[in-house]
Amino acid sequence: MNRRLLSLTAGAALLASTAAQAAGNAIAGAVQRQPVNISAIAMFMAFVVLTLGVTWWASKRTRSASDFYTAGGGITGFQNGLAIAGDYMSAAAFLGLSGMVFAKGYDGLIYTVSFLMGWPVMLFLIAERLRNLGKYTFADVASFRLARVPIRSLAATGSLVTVCLYLIAQMVGAGKLIQLLFGLDYAYAVVLVGVLMTLYVLFGGMLATTWVQIIKACMLLGGVTVLVALAMSKFGFNPELMLTKAVEAHAMHEKILKPGGLITDPISAISLSLALICGPAGLPHILMRFFTVADAKAARKSVFYATGFIGYFFMLTVMLGFCAIVLVGTNPDYLDKAGKILGGGNMAAVHLAKAVGGDLFLGFISAVAFATILAVVAGLTLAGASAVSHDLYANVFRHGRATEKQEILVSRIAVLGLSAIAITLGMLFENQNIAFMVSLAFAMAASVNFPILALSMFWNGLTTRGALIGGFAGLFSSLTFVILGPTVWVAVLKNPTPIFPYEHSALFSILLAFGGTWLFSVTDGSERGKAERGRFLYQYVRSETGIGAEGAVAH
Amino acid sequence: MSSDVNERIIANPKFAELTTKRNRFSIILVVSVLVIYYAYLFVAVLMPDTISRAISPGMTMTIGLPAGFAVMIVSFILTGVYVRRANSEFDALNRDLIEEAGR
Repeated sequence: MNRRLLSLTAGAALLASTAAQAAGNAIAGAVQRQPVNISAIAMFMAFVVLTLGVTWWASKRTRSASDFYTAGGGITGFQNGLAIAGDYMSAAAFLGLSGMVFAKGYDGLIYTVSFLMGWPVMLFLIAERLRNLGKYTFADVASFRLARVPIRSLAATGSLVTVCLYLIAQMVGAGKLIQLLFGLDYAYAVVLVGVLMTLYVLFGGMLATTWVQIIKACMLLGGVTVLVALAMSKFGFNPELMLTKAVEAHAMHEKILKPGGLITDPISAISLSLALICGPAGLPHILMRFFTVADAKAARKSVFYATGFIGYFFMLTVMLGFCAIVLVGTNPDYLDKAGKILGGGNMAAVHLAKAVGGDLFLGFISAVAFATILAVVAGLTLAGASAVSHDLYANVFRHGRATEKQEILVSRIAVLGLSAIAITLGMLFENQNIAFMVSLAFAMAASVNFPILALSMFWNGLTTRGALIGGFAGLFSSLTFVILGPTVWVAVLKNPTPIFPYEHSALFSILLAFGGTWLFSVTDGSERGKAERGRFLYQYVRSETGIGAEGAVAH
Repeated sequence: MSSDVNERIIANPKFAELTTKRNRFSIILVVSVLVIYYAYLFVAVLMPDTISRAISPGMTMTIGLPAGFAVMIVSFILTGVYVRRANSEFDALNRDLIEEAGR
């Protein structure tokens, strides 16, 4: 993923300094007003009260391990579709994509389209098989016929690394955003996010996490619909008129409708698109959602609804960006002396809310943006905790002999541990350029979790040795390529030239993971390997028919 | 679930029918989605002049804008096509298969 796209946080570093200037420069109040935003805080408090109520309700229904990890499998396809969409419609997507269209025009649309493409692929190949084979985590699928200890360790490592990278990005983003939108301190924001997500997950488990995500998804979809309607009403709902004005208003004029700049070489284009197509099917907090529905049928429906909601949201986000070019980009209230947008490129959608709906609507959109981060970190924390308790504790250390009670206890301790880590890292990384972390998380998901999952589902020749070597090859190569590439080596470590030339490296790490897995599986002549190949057929029966699946209706 | 059930399912010609039909359908849809998307991506990246042409002379609206939206809409429609067939035809076949194996 592109660093610009995910630079919610990087842009936010800019925002923070602007906000500080504004606070210390009250005379220039007409130019920049970022005092404590009462209406935003009030609306956010309403969201918090509602979601804590939901958590209290969910806590009374969360008893067994299955309740905690998967809401007892009782979520419907439609609800799960909304929750999945909620996980995917992060603040980075909302503010970042609209900001990119605002700044670059058409290039933003190319990214937006690419972001959706993982979902149909997920449906056609992964969703129902995942539901049929797994129980609580995707490692259940990978260890179905492979050796439990090494495969669970690998899958848990892949999950935890992905989750932690994502968490850091979200925590820092939340801190910066709150500072800017609500006029509150960075540290308060990080602690507030950490405490709230802990409450949701610790007491309400998956049921609360899902409903928090559903509530937020509805708020976001509703808020963005109103925002686009208000903005388009300024153009008489005529897209042609809106575009004509946008071309007039933007400094690049008609070039905003022409692709360029962002993706120039085919290698980067393929690499980026592969990370986005394979990424969703490797993100643990997304994969986990497929175990919350009753059966394969509901799993399919989930992806159908999720694709619809995400697609709808993305189209509106693109329109927001274009509308903002006219309504925000030409309004001196939202520009600094150099003509740059106040608070950085990610603020286009937020300023637009104020421009078309006044302070109250600005408050609402700000509250939604923060709620978005909160709901996403709750899902991430639960996914990380499941990897610790279900994969590492119950299956690796206790070899499947832990009681359900012990497993739940460990997962709750893991929730506390993860939120402590998230808060600490959020504080540590306050002033770091951490924009690369989400792209690294996607690259990891696509090069570690996805290859193991896909090959264990589809390839009878896979053995533990192959999966282990290929999986770790994907993990270390994606890490190495990103560190030696332009995003970290040049942008963060300030070296003049990158050692690895491409900003997007997923193509190479995915190939290494698949190639390594293949090579070390076919050359695996061990007895264990033979037995593992032999077990594929029964796994295939279950994955295709759902017979014997956890909590399935058919027995 | 006993291995007998597994063996009965594997021996049932409906299992081969189900997996062949469903897998063929999945692959056709995956390939269609990827061909549509990569065609769009490569035209956009390699032929920026083509994609930024106005949809009709004198208009600001370019071909690329509805094209990008269309890729998203078509992807969504294809997910609907798959879910519809899988949740009716394939699931019915699957139910028969499981029932027969359970006998």
